[in-house]
Amino acid sequence: MSVAGERHIPPGGAQAATPSYGDVNRDVLATLRPPGNLYFAWMCIVGLLLTCFFLAWGYQIFAGMGTAGKRTPQMWAMYITSFVFWIGIGHAGTLISAVLYLFRARWRTSIYRAAEAMTIFAVMTAGLFPLIHAGRMWFAYFLLPYPNQRYLWPNFKSPLVWDVFAISTYLSISAVFFIVGLVPDIAAVRDGSVGWRRRIYAMLALGWEGSDSQWRHYRRAYGLLAALATPLVLSVHSVVSWDFAMALVPGWHSTLFAPFFVDGAIFSGFAMVLVLVLPMRYFFNLNAYITARHLDMMAKLILVTGLVLTYFYVCELFTSWYSGEHIEKASLFWRLTSSYAWALFTMYFCNCVSPLILFWKKARTSPVILYVVSILVLIGMWFERFNIIVPSLGHDFYPYTWGIYVPTVTDSTIVIGSFAWFFLLFLGFIKVMPSLSVVEVKETLPPPMKDAAHGGHH
Amino acid sequence: MAAITETVLGVFAHVDTTVRALEELRAKGYHDLTVYTPIPVHEIEDVLERDRPVSRVRIFTLLGGLLGLASAWILTAWTSLQWGLFLGGKPPIGLPVSPPYVVIMFEMMVLFGGVATVIGMVVLGRLPRLWPSPSFDRRFTNDRFGVAVHCTPARSASVREILRAAGADEVRA
Repeated sequence: MSVAGERHIPPGGAQAATPSYGDVNRDVLATLRPPGNLYFAWMCIVGLLLTCFFLAWGYQIFAGMGTAGKRTPQMWAMYITSFVFWIGIGHAGTLISAVLYLFRARWRTSIYRAAEAMTIFAVMTAGLFPLIHAGRMWFAYFLLPYPNQRYLWPNFKSPLVWDVFAISTYLSISAVFFIVGLVPDIAAVRDGSVGWRRRIYAMLALGWEGSDSQWRHYRRAYGLLAALATPLVLSVHSVVSWDFAMALVPGWHSTLFAPFFVDGAIFSGFAMVLVLVLPMRYFFNLNAYITARHLDMMAKLILVTGLVLTYFYVCELFTSWYSGEHIEKASLFWRLTSSYAWALFTMYFCNCVSPLILFWKKARTSPVILYVVSILVLIGMWFERFNIIVPSLGHDFYPYTWGIYVPTVTDSTIVIGSFAWFFLLFLGFIKVMPSLSVVEVKETLPPPMKDAAHGGHH
Repeated sequence: MAAITETVLGVFAHVDTTVRALEELRAKGYHDLTVYTPIPVHEIEDVLERDRPVSRVRIFTLLGGLLGLASAWILTAWTSLQWGLFLGGKPPIGLPVSPPYVVIMFEMMVLFGGVATVIGMVVLGRLPRLWPSPSFDRRFTNDRFGVAVHCTPARSASVREILRAAGADEVRA
């Protein structure tokens, strides 16, 4: 790969001057250079975990769902917990690329590509869990809307069918959005590389040249896609929440669920963006593009969504108590005091207390503190889904259906392995595709003017 | 009138010089232009879009969205009638629409609308281009702006003069 100039800036060091257009191309191309040993070491760990994942899955298929700790009433347990968790992670990307695009939030430009990639990989990870959880995953085509041998069609009044539609639409539209955004950037990479790489990028760039007619339709299409994707961001997790809220199980049957899930999804999604972007910024030396201001903005979003989430937690407790319904109150009391109370209080600490440090401006711009908070938020949000699913199923209407869930080696391995799957996809992506948008970063820079009087922003 | 056979290309390093060249070319009556830019630039678009209708991509989006909406309505209503059960005390289909089917209709509207938008962009932008156009230069995806003027051979000298006067770094045929 031909990279014009080399710059040596200490990792984490500050960069004074505003980059020019040429700098952007050079710096983005630099991220595609052959990786070092650290990258391969990471890939080895990820590959090892992924191997364990497939072995555990194979064992589960061979020996049956009992090996995953699935027994009544705990038939959902960790798999659906992780499914909802990963779908939630997938929210930040489209929020950044669609909602913040329509609001013209310029700070989104340098993180949106990584966030969109994260969205697609997170939804792909989430998509594994229904397959794993279905047991005989080769019958997954049952999910498609087609009639069975008795001409019985899926029940479109069921939230589980809505969910299939919502998630497949979300994955498709996110992928479309992502690919459309990539086309001009791949063209830039094509024109900066040589040999076989150039030929591959040339094919992927669809012959993009940046001519006025191409830009004209591209910009209009991008705006329309953003407009279509904006309600999608809010709808996907609402539909996922109805998988629960439409059921009568105490602890699930609540109108609070849709906004509660959407807010939690944005909260965890931004935490995952930080978990991915902070190392990228450090190792790829992108301090000129992902500045303290970007970290500050993301931290503020985490703080706000965290506070809203805290409000929802209070509402959840209040509505259960105020309902006056015996079963609902019993379920709540059991959740707060019994077998899974530790999970509930872990969640309260991670989601409500830990983001409070972001009220402090220094914490919002400190990569280390942000990283720690983000990890805590991710743990907290995983436990939130756990606390919705497991204690509610374990303590519903009749004492003879009560039961607790104990994780097994098989399902724990699969859940941990799903992170490996996600990171494998992301680590692969950042070395083959521009993980920083060439075009959008340039759009935020002052355009080159010969006449100084016209310089600066228009 | 002689055939348009020649393309003169001016390579610019700055936005304001590019805009100056475009204004000048338009004033002299040259409308058959191709402008290459690394990013969409408002100043350049302002000049070019002055006499053009808005991109027709939005028609694709509208038709795709309506098609999705209609097909989801037909899918849900028709399949419900195939097995006409009363669920939850409600008839198989409600008119104009059963509330639970709104979810499916919304999702299909977004899906079809999004895919149609991309098809529109690809079709209208003439996108899968197998060979680069002759006036394309690989600097145009980096930090240079290009103005390609398609004109008759007789006028190529005057076009070159306009481009050079506006401040092009490089002018070639």
